Amino acid sequence: MRLKVESILAEKNLANDVQVIGTGCFGFCEKGPIVKILPDNTFYVQVKPENVEEIINEHIIKGRKVERLLYVDPKTQQHKEDSKHMGFYKKQMRIALRNCGFINPENIDEYIARDGYKALASVLERNDPEGTIEDIKKSGLRGRGGAGFPTGMKWSLCRQNSADQKYMICNADEGDPGAFMDRSILEGDPHTVIEAMAIGGFCIGATKGLIYIRAEYPLAIHRLQVAIAQAREIGLLGPDILGSGFDFDIELRYGAGAFVCGEETALIHSMEGLRGEPTFKPPFPAVQGYLKKPSNVNNVETFANIPVIINKGWEWFSSIGTEKSKGTKVFALAGQINNVGLIEVPMGITLREIIFEIGGGIKGGKKFKAVQTGGPSGGCLTEKFLDTPIDYENLVAAGSMMGSGGMIVMDETSCMVSVAKFYLDFTVEESCGKCSPCRIGNKRMNEILYKITKGNGTMEDLDELRNLAHVIKDTALCGLGQTSPNPVLSTIDNFWDEYVAHVVDKKCPAGQCKALKQYVIDPDKCKGCTACARNCPVNAISGTVKNPHEIDQKACIKCGTCYEKCKFNAISII
Amino acid sequence: MDTVKLTIDNREVEVPKGTTILKAAQKLGIDIPTLCHFELEGLGVHNRPGGCRICVVEVEKRRNLAPACVTECMEGMVVKTNSIRVINARKTVLELILSDHPSDCLQCAKSGRCELQDLAIRFGVRENPYIGGNHEMSSYQVEVSPSIIRDMNKCVMCRRCETMCNEMQTVGALSAIERGFPAVVSTAFNQHLDHSPCTFCGQCVAVCPVGALTEVDHTSKIIRAIADPTKKTVVQVAPAVRVALGEEFGMEPGTIVTGKLTAALKALGFDYVFDTDWSADLTIMEEGTELIGRLTKFLAGDKSVPLPILTSCCPAWVNFFEHQFPEMRDLPSTAKSPQQMFGAIAKSYFAEKIGCKREDMISVSVMPCLAKKYECSRDELKVNGNPDVDYSISTRELARLIKLANIDFTALPEEKFDSPLGESTGAAVIFGTTGGVIEAAVRTAYEVITKKPLPKIDFEELRGLEGVRSATVDVDGLKLNIGIAHGLGNARKLLEDIKAGRSQFHAIEIMACPGGCIDGAGQPQHHGNSDIIKARWEAIYRADREMPIRKSHENPSIQAIYKEYLGEPCGHKSHELLHTHYFDRQTTVEVDVDKK
Amino acid sequence: MDKIKSLADLKKKREQLQSNMQLRESGDNVENMIQIKVAMATCGIASGAKQVMETLIDECNKKNIQAVITQTGCMGYCYAEPTVEVKKPGAEPIVFGYVNQAKAVDLVDKYLINNELLEGIIPVNYEKIDK
Repeated sequence: MRLKVESILAEKNLANDVQVIGTGCFGFCEKGPIVKILPDNTFYVQVKPENVEEIINEHIIKGRKVERLLYVDPKTQQHKEDSKHMGFYKKQMRIALRNCGFINPENIDEYIARDGYKALASVLERNDPEGTIEDIKKSGLRGRGGAGFPTGMKWSLCRQNSADQKYMICNADEGDPGAFMDRSILEGDPHTVIEAMAIGGFCIGATKGLIYIRAEYPLAIHRLQVAIAQAREIGLLGPDILGSGFDFDIELRYGAGAFVCGEETALIHSMEGLRGEPTFKPPFPAVQGYLKKPSNVNNVETFANIPVIINKGWEWFSSIGTEKSKGTKVFALAGQINNVGLIEVPMGITLREIIFEIGGGIKGGKKFKAVQTGGPSGGCLTEKFLDTPIDYENLVAAGSMMGSGGMIVMDETSCMVSVAKFYLDFTVEESCGKCSPCRIGNKRMNEILYKITKGNGTMEDLDELRNLAHVIKDTALCGLGQTSPNPVLSTIDNFWDEYVAHVVDKKCPAGQCKALKQYVIDPDKCKGCTACARNCPVNAISGTVKNPHEIDQKACIKCGTCYEKCKFNAISII
Repeated sequence: MDTVKLTIDNREVEVPKGTTILKAAQKLGIDIPTLCHFELEGLGVHNRPGGCRICVVEVEKRRNLAPACVTECMEGMVVKTNSIRVINARKTVLELILSDHPSDCLQCAKSGRCELQDLAIRFGVRENPYIGGNHEMSSYQVEVSPSIIRDMNKCVMCRRCETMCNEMQTVGALSAIERGFPAVVSTAFNQHLDHSPCTFCGQCVAVCPVGALTEVDHTSKIIRAIADPTKKTVVQVAPAVRVALGEEFGMEPGTIVTGKLTAALKALGFDYVFDTDWSADLTIMEEGTELIGRLTKFLAGDKSVPLPILTSCCPAWVNFFEHQFPEMRDLPSTAKSPQQMFGAIAKSYFAEKIGCKREDMISVSVMPCLAKKYECSRDELKVNGNPDVDYSISTRELARLIKLANIDFTALPEEKFDSPLGESTGAAVIFGTTGGVIEAAVRTAYEVITKKPLPKIDFEELRGLEGVRSATVDVDGLKLNIGIAHGLGNARKLLEDIKAGRSQFHAIEIMACPGGCIDGAGQPQHHGNSDIIKARWEAIYRADREMPIRKSHENPSIQAIYKEYLGEPCGHKSHELLHTHYFDRQTTVEVDVDKK
Repeated sequence: MDKIKSLADLKKKREQLQSNMQLRESGDNVENMIQIKVAMATCGIASGAKQVMETLIDECNKKNIQAVITQTGCMGYCYAEPTVEVKKPGAEPIVFGYVNQAKAVDLVDKYLINNELLEGIIPVNYEKIDK
């Protein structure tokens, strides 16, 4: 196609005026091949080599669009010429990330120019904290940190408790492996969090804000410090903000990177200088939080939505998303997917749209196998969930959860037992150790998974695994412990056959578990060249010259050297 | 009072708002098993991290199971304590805990008194799928200090020790360290207890449900000492031991077993069986004289006198102020503790009397305490490296010795202590509980100062089990302000007041353990039953009332030793033998940052 | 910097800032500034955005190009970091991905000077909320 374009351009003496660029995938594979004409952004889909001449003649030379080849909106049946108006490009919507990549995060002027602090100003002017809380409630905003507790409700619970001091706390202790949206927001748009905290502080009656941020985020810390200083300098933090009589200031508290400190009671204990471990709720932080004072903890992404809700109204916000989950959610796409990165999508979008349209599909054209959402608290979803609209309830019903928004895509080469093991490795490491089911139970589950991937598992082990998973879910102290068996349960539920294959057939269908691999020599193909035997580091291969060789499976360490050295393709992995 | 009604196992119960499911069930006679939960009612001790998850119950409409020890009852709640879901969860959780706990019960110091063992029996655990194969067990170094053995391989993370160390005692030696499976209770930077602010009060040992924290056991050393024909063995018994030892032999808490105890020690073969009560009377003579001395100077206008005077008979308390308030170490009385006064006299006056060389005498003490083990190993309490007290054993160790020697304790005829260090008064017995030392001192000080007989011997205003108490005693017109604290956290409050200049007290008595020595860490375990402690407390005052003489200065044997050997209280000889000095032992932890 | 004391102050400041920006954006001013934003979040910096930004500044200075080069946050295209957004006066902003130092030089020579496009353009794939 490219050659065709270039040759026709050359033919028409346009080679110097028109530049042909091969670009990355537009994330729109099913409509490919795609040709986009700049500067007017015209987007031609399913272009065939024979169409090229027509496009050049009509569009480039005569300036007329080839309607027939334009993208057709499946809903309106209209031809869309500008890529920005195409349905696909509307799949993403940036609310929390609205300023990331647009403004200089270290310059408050750029934030203010984009309506920054307008929401705070209007909330202060309105001077009706209860009314503002009501608006947040009506917007349907729910906590973006994982569990999805309604934010407005949380604020009003904290407002109800009177005290001489209250605290508005921002949870920036992002710890899910693969999730980094909070860091991105803090690095790209720190003022939105500051503004939202001030709004929240005003609503609940707190004059102090605290941001608990992990020390591993030095750039986010730096940008927050700059932003706080700038906001203070022009009076958007500090005493008597905008002449309203409302005082509010923010301090940073650094965490040492313990996963469990993302749990709000553990976070509060860590800020108090105590061991970062959760305590039983009630009392909830809204009653007894930081230094035993009523406190409200929200996550970074939750805060990033607040100013927009105030500025554009709760009606606007609640028009986005599903019935119970409003607005957008930021996901961190990772794993075997083409477009690794951060995306922000309206609630209710399907996994298929995220993975195959926005994410550009599976790397290397491999087959989709599962997607893990919700980090160590979530589960693995299979093909059958690809068309389920994503919201808090649906993900839980599917055996996973929203979590903070990590989304790890796996292809056919991923072993699901190993995936469960990976997440449990993490939980075992990061459990605070306070309650027995999480401290010992997760360790035991992990040991069983290791046993299975080493080929020593039994069907009884699978029973034990399932029982442990249910008991831990039922008995662990905090949300992290209670959800820690999800990766195991969801893989057992969705990939039972794969577990059985490991246990009964001693095979890893994905070929990932080293101990279950077997290298065998096909005697018909083996020429007896001895290359394998000479290179085997453990002398596990026997045979004489010009006769078929054999691998001693007990001695074999599955290093794969023989497989690489064989020139006759006589060695196969089974 | 607001109440709520709920149903537990199909039975209705009404409880005050805020009551936990555990307590509500108890009201119905339903015994929900627990492990980490620990409460000493009336003594301000409450550990409920909700961590072990043994007490989970099913609450209707709740997603997961609820820990009964921390979940408060709500109106209309429907609770099931024994559904199959609950039973399976509890049993699995117990199996998990057991899978990370050594099964060397046969040799464990806690065997037979272990709360985990009790649970294993109750749940009928026979096989455990989580033991063996590639299932790992925790592995920690066993640490032996002068008083306490820490075998963290047996730790179940109930955090009781931490609650005692940090909340009750405010010592801060123990805390959970590490995360996940290796998480365990330890000292800062895993330092040896000797290098931590540990006071060896042993309250961690007193509450440990398993064998993770136990006392250093000297029973075999005692047997060898008694068996050695070249040694003379002298034993002393502390006041609180006589109101608790009986429990180890199935007797009612609060039974006074002084006579049987004496008989048992004689039966064990000690050459001389004496009483720490005797040296408690001696302590009152020294400490009381010191108090009167400081007060007289103060009242004469010398404002530089260190006041209030603080008692010094509790060795854990001595460790506490040396670590935490070293700048105030001129306040406590310089008088040695009764144990050490006894040891000093036994190895000087008494040794001379019976013509025995110091090094040929083995001096043993039976104490309700673990800090006493540390105290007797202090260098300043030795003469040429030979300690005044060679071994200090706990009430529990004595019980073990008696059982080992096949002595039928309950059937023993009562015997009397040997003379001359066996004669004592009611004032000495009350050393065994909070407020007792100061009451004994006041009884003597009153009569010494006023030279008039006490109108009433019992100072009820000084008694009780509240953590901090105060009273003003009218010493014939002189108003003496007395403060009392038990539990080091309570002591800290009084010390902070003194530091801030808010204290109006002339004298303060401090005991490290809640309730005083009756709840010392060397006593039979109470497993959270504070009625046992109250029974011992009452027994102490009963024993006082039963004594013919109830004021220390009236003890004829004490009067005799001053006449014969010591001269006068706080005199030259007394100072040499019966007084000590204190050190600044503030803990600094040195960590090589570069190496980390 | 003056304190903003009221809502009116804030509005005034915003309008002032916006008109400044518009002035820059409209391209009517003599200087005809090009705006370049380098995504400098942790992901960008890890892929070399700092060096890319320095190169861009050096090259623009060397070649006497009037450009405003600023840092910004993550645009979400982690797979294509470092990313650089270039907005020429009167043109739509274009995001270039996979910009290493060599490509930064190319970007200046080809796009800034000769208006030639380069490979690795990332299409805008989301809806903005401020129209």
